[in-house]
Amino acid sequence: MRNLIAFPLLFLAVILQSSVVSQVQLLAGYADLPLLILAAWALHKRVDTAWHWAALACVLVAFVSGMPWFAPTAGYLAVVFFARVLQRRVWQAPLLAMFSVVFAGVFFIHLLSFVSLQISGVPLSFLDVMGLITLPSLLLNMLFSIPVYAFMRDLARWVYPAEEYE
Amino acid sequence: MNARSLQTTIIFLVVGGILALAFGGFLGPVSRQFSSALIAFQTWVSSQYLGLQDFATAPRDIVSLRARNSELEAQVSQLQTQVIELQQRVSQTEILAALVDFSRANPESAYKAAAVIGRDPSPFLHYIIINRGSNDNIRRGMPVVTNQGLVGRVDAVIADAARVQLITDPASAVNVYLQNAEADAVLLGSVTGDISLDMISQDASVEAGDLILTSGLGGGYPSDLIVGQVVTVRSLEFELFQQATVQPAVDFARLEIVLVITNFRPVDITPLVP
Repeated sequence: MRNLIAFPLLFLAVILQSSVVSQVQLLAGYADLPLLILAAWALHKRVDTAWHWAALACVLVAFVSGMPWFAPTAGYLAVVFFARVLQRRVWQAPLLAMFSVVFAGVFFIHLLSFVSLQISGVPLSFLDVMGLITLPSLLLNMLFSIPVYAFMRDLARWVYPAEEYE
Repeated sequence: MNARSLQTTIIFLVVGGILALAFGGFLGPVSRQFSSALIAFQTWVSSQYLGLQDFATAPRDIVSLRARNSELEAQVSQLQTQVIELQQRVSQTEILAALVDFSRANPESAYKAAAVIGRDPSPFLHYIIINRGSNDNIRRGMPVVTNQGLVGRVDAVIADAARVQLITDPASAVNVYLQNAEADAVLLGSVTGDISLDMISQDASVEAGDLILTSGLGGGYPSDLIVGQVVTVRSLEFELFQQATVQPAVDFARLEIVLVITNFRPVDITPLVP
């Protein structure tokens, strides 16, 4: 039953992303709260519902955003995949793993967004996108990743208590 | 008169005389010495008494003062909350009043007011989300304005909300008309949120400060909606068209309430495009 926390949490994350986080801009970039939550959730060893969360986040973000649906979908699934792979290898430095997943995830999602908008006929300059959107977004995501990781770690311990898991 | 009463009378006369001399200022140095000594003593007694009084009553006062202070702090925070709420109401009322003025000044259009409740989660796009949808007869393609000018147009609609593409979006292109130069142009958005003009004829004489209005060409927007003003013009002889940077009339960072023009139906000219 505790897995159902995904619904209110991801709904809240998308609402906060749309109404608050998108207003905290650095140049033209801003943080991606659903991405941070997914990355932090998927990095925990006990968590076995990361793919479910990713699917739910994909549906919600694709519904709210004007971006072609496959860009956030592929992006968030890739973030979870990368987090699960990294979780098995960098288990002794979870925050380092979080930074790595966020770094790779932001670049991958922005690359997907850039390509999908180019295909849609939107004129974008790669240098403008890198300098004004991707790098500032990366910085903000890195900053937010620390508190989000701490919050999601506590949540994971609540959803998957040690005695039940072992 | 016996000896006792005589003695009393003499004493009264002596004391009265001394007082008379003192009031008359004839005993100045002596009376000053006396009074200063008296005042000093009184001051000492008074200060000792006040100290004792403070010692006796202070603990009770501190407790009551602290309680009173916390009450007042609670009142202050409550009043500050009220002030903030009232300021927000005043701000919203001012915006609504301006929008009502705008709709009265443009009676040819039917408007539906909507609050901005969010923005697109992706930083690549410049969309807003409004709290009116198909239940309020909002349809895709309807133009969105404020009293300052054109905001964008409805891109997607659900029952109680709609997504609006701003004219600053990189995918946005609006056919506009330069009022002073009497020339048509295309207004383009960008990833940074800046807007610019392109496709201005080389023959047109465009200057900074020229007013930009929608032309209505293409059927996407009604004509004569204010878009902004020309800031700088870039004209090179070897290029086919001039370009210009534009100061938008609308402050897109502070969009709170917008008006959807509900009696405008966009014309889809896609089948006519060769």
